[in-house]
Amino acid sequence: MKNDVVLLAHGSGGGLYHQLVNELFVPAFYDKADVLADSAVLNNQAGDLAFTTDSFVVQPRKFSGGDIGHLAVCGTVNDLAVSGAVPKYLSAGFIIEEGLSITELKDICASMAKTAKEAGVAIVTGDTKVVKAGQADGIYINTAGIGFMPKGRKLDSRLLGEGDVIILSGTMGDHGATVMAAREAFAFSENQQSDAVPLNGLIEVLLKAVPNTKVLRDPTRGGVATTLNEWCEEANVTIELEEAALPIKPEVQSFCDILGLEPLYVANEGKFLVGLPQEFAEAALKALKSHPLGKDAAVIGRVTKNNQAQVYLNTAYGSQRILQMLSGAQLPRIC
Amino acid sequence: MPKNDVELVKYLQKAIAEEAKGLPKMVFMEVCGTHTMAIYKNALQQLLPNNIKLISGPGCPVCVTPMNYIDELVAIGKTGAIITTFGDMLRVPGSRISLQQAAAQGVDVRIVYSPLEALEIAEVYADKAVVFAGIGFETTAPLVAVAIVKAKQKALKNFFVLTAHKTMPSALTTLLRDNKTINGLLCPGHVAVVTGSDYFHFVSKELGLAAVIAGFEAHDIMQSILMLVKQCKAGITKLENQYSRMVTAEGNTKAMSLMNEVFEPSDGLWRGLGNIKNGSLVIRAKFKAYDAKEKFTVFTGSVQEDENCLCGQILKGLARPADCKLFGDMCTPEHPIGACMVSSEGSCAAHYRYGR
Repeated sequence: MKNDVVLLAHGSGGGLYHQLVNELFVPAFYDKADVLADSAVLNNQAGDLAFTTDSFVVQPRKFSGGDIGHLAVCGTVNDLAVSGAVPKYLSAGFIIEEGLSITELKDICASMAKTAKEAGVAIVTGDTKVVKAGQADGIYINTAGIGFMPKGRKLDSRLLGEGDVIILSGTMGDHGATVMAAREAFAFSENQQSDAVPLNGLIEVLLKAVPNTKVLRDPTRGGVATTLNEWCEEANVTIELEEAALPIKPEVQSFCDILGLEPLYVANEGKFLVGLPQEFAEAALKALKSHPLGKDAAVIGRVTKNNQAQVYLNTAYGSQRILQMLSGAQLPRIC
Repeated sequence: MPKNDVELVKYLQKAIAEEAKGLPKMVFMEVCGTHTMAIYKNALQQLLPNNIKLISGPGCPVCVTPMNYIDELVAIGKTGAIITTFGDMLRVPGSRISLQQAAAQGVDVRIVYSPLEALEIAEVYADKAVVFAGIGFETTAPLVAVAIVKAKQKALKNFFVLTAHKTMPSALTTLLRDNKTINGLLCPGHVAVVTGSDYFHFVSKELGLAAVIAGFEAHDIMQSILMLVKQCKAGITKLENQYSRMVTAEGNTKAMSLMNEVFEPSDGLWRGLGNIKNGSLVIRAKFKAYDAKEKFTVFTGSVQEDENCLCGQILKGLARPADCKLFGDMCTPEHPIGACMVSSEGSCAAHYRYGR
């Protein structure tokens, strides 16, 4: 490729566009050069399909533990996986700001390809648009994903009821804290990394061990507190969390303390919440902890009441407070 | 012997209950937004016996900033200036819009974690005016003073501060001079780190209140409450320093001298409380070149608070969030009407998020 930066012409459908597709996207995503048709025609399976989409606009585009490309694959793979589907195919749509370095674009695609391979999914179709300098903040990526639902599997938050247990698959707040620190160029612990990772492997381990799992969800924007509030609204139940049981890395807790943020509201990209009947909690923890991504899994609460939608936090001191959904964005405080 | 934080809090809970047994009702006020949050997040009121009530005073700098300050910032932003601000200010409603809404309309609003960042922005964008929203008590004012001093050293022509800094002593004296309900004050630990504990002697000497400078962990607050109860029981009122690991008698004298070099006391409006003599800080003549009020002439008109908004009473500790007709209904964190709801450390926001 002759240019070091993406030009408007790269999005115009002409020669430069074809060069970008054939010399950058195709080698990154496809094992063999095939006819590039308008649609990818895919092998289907009997049963239900899961279909999801997500867009990625994260700044900065690269941070400790990942980049926008890695996130774009993880996010969509995980949305399929927490629905109980086996993720298979992804599309990737790019909106690129004129002037983005080709090297950076190559790196993003390489990252997407690596993560897709790790997750066992194929990126089978895509689109590229280039917009004027000043738009798109470098690059925006949309990924949509298709997964196959195993027969008989039904995950639904409305199945939650009194007595059920809530498990979190690992430490919370890692991703949000890392990105916020990177954005503000805070020196953070050198161990601190985004937790973004494809979760479908871990989820299959769990669902095979505990097919009676009722619901899964990954607490991304808004954090654990927001996701649990969603479940309470959807199922009309009350959930009580135990503050002392919440898994969190000390460096993430300190970072949040300094800025006045609450880890329960900070985004996660490599964790999920599980709602399941009490009698299977042991087996679920065992299954999760048998996998490297689930080693910090913990029971964090239980569904204590039907017919009232509320999340409570039982503090380590024996008092109790309400845990609301996040309203607006968390704003670091003045003093 | 308590082995950890949880055991320590439980130990203090027992000690407070013992000490308070048989005493008449005691009301303690805290005057620091961070204390408001810590008390709510740990639901500490639930750990106290029935004869101890905690109420929130005017400790949240955002909450006591007049509404038209936001209008002024928006108006300045519309002239093309870059508005730099602490995150807390973003959602405070002005008489029409907040800074966040102004940003959506095209005003260049940037969140900074320190006024020194605003200074850096001014150096990068030399052709634009950069205005920093100077909000905060004695904890924050010294750092803003540093920014102004540095701006002068660098001979910057495009850095300005729109001040709304407030100081504790005048406000507390005005509020609590005729007080008949409050028995003791949890004094703001972060302010005291800067000002020194001696700064707060007036609370016991002039206002006749039991006073304890308190830290911010649950056990700090519980220990401070125990100390207040003991004073009430003994019928004495004095100033004690529970936060001695961070607070000395004279405080950070360099910070205070910088603050006094750049700012001077002035009368000013505290939202909900009215004009407080010497309760605000303004930039001294020597540094007027950095005063946004000198640089920009903006007319924002007079501002009417919603007549049902009880923020003023709540800030004085005379009403509780639940007493306000608007609370939880018209006035929520998503649609705040009064500043007590919009700042994450305001009494109403804390009560809405944690206490209902």
